[in-house]
Amino acid sequence: MTVPAVLGHLFPLTGAVLVGLGLCGFITLRHPLRQLLAVNVIGAGIFLILGGLGRGEGVTDPYPQALVITGIVVSVALTALGTAMIARLSEDRRAAGSGPDQPKDQDP
Amino acid sequence: MMLSAPLVLVLLPLIPAIISFALPERLAAWRNAANLVAATVKVGIVADLLRQVRGGVDLEWRYTFLPGHDFLLRVDTLALLFVSLSVFLWLVTTVYAIGYFGRGPNLARFFGFFNLCVLSATGVALSGTVVTFFLFYELLTLATWPLVVHNGDEKSLRAGRIYLAYTLAGSAAFLVGILWLKALVGSIEFTAPPDLSAVPPLTLTLIFVLCVGGLGVKAALFPLHGWLPTAMAAPAPVSALLHAVAVVKAGAFGIVRMIYDVYGIGTVAELGLGPPLAALAAFTILYGSLRAVMQDEIKTRLAYSTVSQVSYILLGASLIGPFAVIGGLVHLVHQGIMKITLFMCAGALANRLGIKAVTDLDGAGRLMPVTMAAFSIGALGMIGVPPVAGFISKWYLGIGGLQSDAAWVVAVLAGSSLLNAAYFLPMLYRAWLLPPPERAGFRELGTTRDRMLVLPAVVTAAAALAAGVFASSSFSPLTWAKLIAERGYLQ
Amino acid sequence: MSPLDLLVAAPLAFMVAALVAGQGGRWLILAAGPVMLALSAWLVVLPPGVAHLVGDWDLPLGILLRADGVARLLVPATSACFVAVALYAWHEFSPKAGAETARAHTFWPMLYLMWGGSNAGYLTTDLFNLYVTIEMVSLAAVAMAAMGSLAAGLQYFLIALVGSLAYLLGVALLASHYDTVDATLLAVRARPDLPTLMAITVMTAGLLVKTALFPLHGWLPPAHAAAPAPASALLSAVVIKLGFVILLRLWFEAFAEIIRPAAMDLLGGMGALAILYGSVQAIRQERLKLLVAYSTVAQLGYLFLAFPLIANAQNPAEPWAAVLVHAVSHMLAKAAMFLAAGLMLKAVAGDRISDLAGLARAMPLSVTAFALAAISLAGLPPSGGFTAKFLLLHAAIEQGRVVPAAVLVIGGLLGAVYLFRPLSVAFSGSAAPAVRAEAPLRVAAPLALASLAIALGFAGMTLIELSSVAAPPAVAGPVQAEPGR
Repeated sequence: MTVPAVLGHLFPLTGAVLVGLGLCGFITLRHPLRQLLAVNVIGAGIFLILGGLGRGEGVTDPYPQALVITGIVVSVALTALGTAMIARLSEDRRAAGSGPDQPKDQDP
Repeated sequence: MMLSAPLVLVLLPLIPAIISFALPERLAAWRNAANLVAATVKVGIVADLLRQVRGGVDLEWRYTFLPGHDFLLRVDTLALLFVSLSVFLWLVTTVYAIGYFGRGPNLARFFGFFNLCVLSATGVALSGTVVTFFLFYELLTLATWPLVVHNGDEKSLRAGRIYLAYTLAGSAAFLVGILWLKALVGSIEFTAPPDLSAVPPLTLTLIFVLCVGGLGVKAALFPLHGWLPTAMAAPAPVSALLHAVAVVKAGAFGIVRMIYDVYGIGTVAELGLGPPLAALAAFTILYGSLRAVMQDEIKTRLAYSTVSQVSYILLGASLIGPFAVIGGLVHLVHQGIMKITLFMCAGALANRLGIKAVTDLDGAGRLMPVTMAAFSIGALGMIGVPPVAGFISKWYLGIGGLQSDAAWVVAVLAGSSLLNAAYFLPMLYRAWLLPPPERAGFRELGTTRDRMLVLPAVVTAAAALAAGVFASSSFSPLTWAKLIAERGYLQ
Repeated sequence: MSPLDLLVAAPLAFMVAALVAGQGGRWLILAAGPVMLALSAWLVVLPPGVAHLVGDWDLPLGILLRADGVARLLVPATSACFVAVALYAWHEFSPKAGAETARAHTFWPMLYLMWGGSNAGYLTTDLFNLYVTIEMVSLAAVAMAAMGSLAAGLQYFLIALVGSLAYLLGVALLASHYDTVDATLLAVRARPDLPTLMAITVMTAGLLVKTALFPLHGWLPPAHAAAPAPASALLSAVVIKLGFVILLRLWFEAFAEIIRPAAMDLLGGMGALAILYGSVQAIRQERLKLLVAYSTVAQLGYLFLAFPLIANAQNPAEPWAAVLVHAVSHMLAKAAMFLAAGLMLKAVAGDRISDLAGLARAMPLSVTAFALAAISLAGLPPSGGFTAKFLLLHAAIEQGRVVPAAVLVIGGLLGAVYLFRPLSVAFSGSAAPAVRAEAPLRVAAPLALASLAIALGFAGMTLIELSSVAAPPAVAGPVQAEPGR
């Protein structure tokens, strides 16, 4: 069951990379749906850090995992709300006849 | 009940205020009654307090509202001087306001805020600590603003903006000053002047400038007087009240408190703060009078006259001699009575005859003889003609100046009196000696409303005359000012 | 059950009930109002030091609910806001035809969700639990903001999401480093090492975004100004306070020992800039609700301006009380102001300040509510806002700090400038515009809130005592009670 020492840092490091990528995407992307996905990438990175750091030698600490599960639930709920809002917004814009559903002023 | 007399005195106007705000317009008669009853009751309470304090009783009501900051209401001789002036003039002005407005829009609001002004002015008078003073001083600003913008036209709104800009900036400076002083010497009560010996003189001077500068805004000290003439856009009862007692007097009263009860005469003299303030006051006296001469509109002329006259109080206070103090304090009362007479007459002239400019005054004395008689007494008093009250103030101030080795004060007084004559006598000349325009069937005292408009000025004019003639009697403002000086400042 | 549990559980139960009730959701406030006000009152009078472990799980696994000074002040104020807003919203979110029905369906459950989330946030010391509460509140807040403008709501949503995730990242770092995320335990265990400092930095940054401190305020004015009046009131009054409360917990409780003075000064400086920038922007606005929203940006600055004043005070209990009193009175006054603005704008069917002309005569009660709220917001006496700013100015002068003192004074004056402008317009015009008479019940809500904000000005000593209950060691000090001289 022993994991090599390098692998012990694998999860947190991957997580950090994901957070960085997500943040980069959030800042550079314009479309809200893409931004929402970027935020989800950040979230995934954070959960990896949280879960990965909880890995001890031999035993696994249940505490960070409980936190991760709660975090994922919250994140799913918010993503659902976000997508619903984006869908509604593009419907409204299409109904208003403003052409393509590309929002114009979504500068974060 | 005895102990809370100061609190009752301050809070009493809350009752008519609430009644005024709440009653619908069709019950205006009840509103007027409530206002008159409350004002009368207040006069009664003050009369009783005057008797008690004369006998040496001190009443106070204390409440700790923040750590190290007490809310203290205290009845002492100086407080009563201001309070009795306010309650007397408020009763008179209430009658006048009812006559002036009759039935018009927004009167519920007017009388509501009018009463809140009384509350604040009484609070200013009775404050026993600097912080309490500040609270009421600021409340006074808030309560007077709706009165200044009462007419709701562009001119009044502009006046309201300017008024707020000046007064709020002034009280901010004052607040910084008192908190700075509090940080250095602990809480400051008027009866127990703090020990300032450990504070560096430069700091003390700076704090003094902040406080007096802040208070000087309301006292219309040059160059902080700009709001006063524009505030003339307000209706006449408001102008009368702002000028004679509420706002400008609160500022002057505060400066007197700062000099005598916070810093103490000794410290002020040590720091050499008296002469510069006296010089500024003297300059304001002359400047205000000069500007008054140039005005054609009656109310603006009176406003600049106020700028000038209030500085007599400051001149007296800053000269720091027994006669000067008495002169300054007694002028607090005398100027109030005389100036309110003038404003109420000006309002009556505008209301009944539409006269707003000096050049329209021709023959007004024949059309409204009672009003113009009252006006003339006030004007002569302002000039300093004996036996009207103004003469007493100027006499004591002049002697005070000589006592303090400041003979220039006499020159300032003489110059100011000349200027006063220059702007008041032409008005009297036009009113009495020139022929009036044709006015068929005009009667000065035709209706009850007319009488309510005219007679208050007669009462105050009579009071101004009495204060001068009976100055040596035991209940005159002069005697009371001497009592204050004896008890407080001249040990 | 302890009142601490109930304060969190009851609103959530009402949320479920509101979801089930659907169209009838608005009736629930008749039960929820008295229950929650009673619970809040109970909280205030609990003996000091009352704390409660949810489900009897011990720390670090369990969640600690605690009735400290922060909770004792903010929970009742929040309840007052929610009750008043609900009474106001009674008509606005009642069942109607078409799209309005959907709004009535969402508003009431969201209100209770926000209520429960805020209460949990004030009561808990567990940083992860706090993450959950801010997400609950954000969720409800986004839904409410989206009722006005979907675009502004979405922008708010995404930014809030990134803010929460930054906070969560910090929590993750702390959890792995210390094996606990309870603030009271962290206060003992925290060391000034790199992971901790990183955690504090990302958490603070995330929370500042959610609290909209200058220069991270960009999302606030459009979102708060576009929402319907009851939603704006809740967004401006309640929602942003939660991020601030968590920052208080982090900076003065969990990490009080390891945060450097320079960091405090940085936060204070941002607060000062927020005051100046927000006030100037508010002065420049032509639309009433934007003015009120920018006033929120400015008023939030005071909360952070106080940070260095608390940290450097000889007697930190006073500025600590000041900041809490400011939070409470801003909550009450701002909610009152948005509701009053909503009433006035609806009556004149406009959104500009110039549309208010003559309303002082036509709608005296609404204008009174607005004016009372303005007095508290501008920090004029007597009001809670005055008490707070007075204590802060006192602290700044006592510490000889010229810049905060100057900002406090200038901010107060600028506040008077932008708040008296709409009032001045309302007092203008001799002819009153023809508007529908004020509905007494609706105008009672802003009037009651504004009167409460004023009334706080008379209860300075009580508020200071309450704020010092179970205060963290960094700010606990004997309340200086010299009775004059």
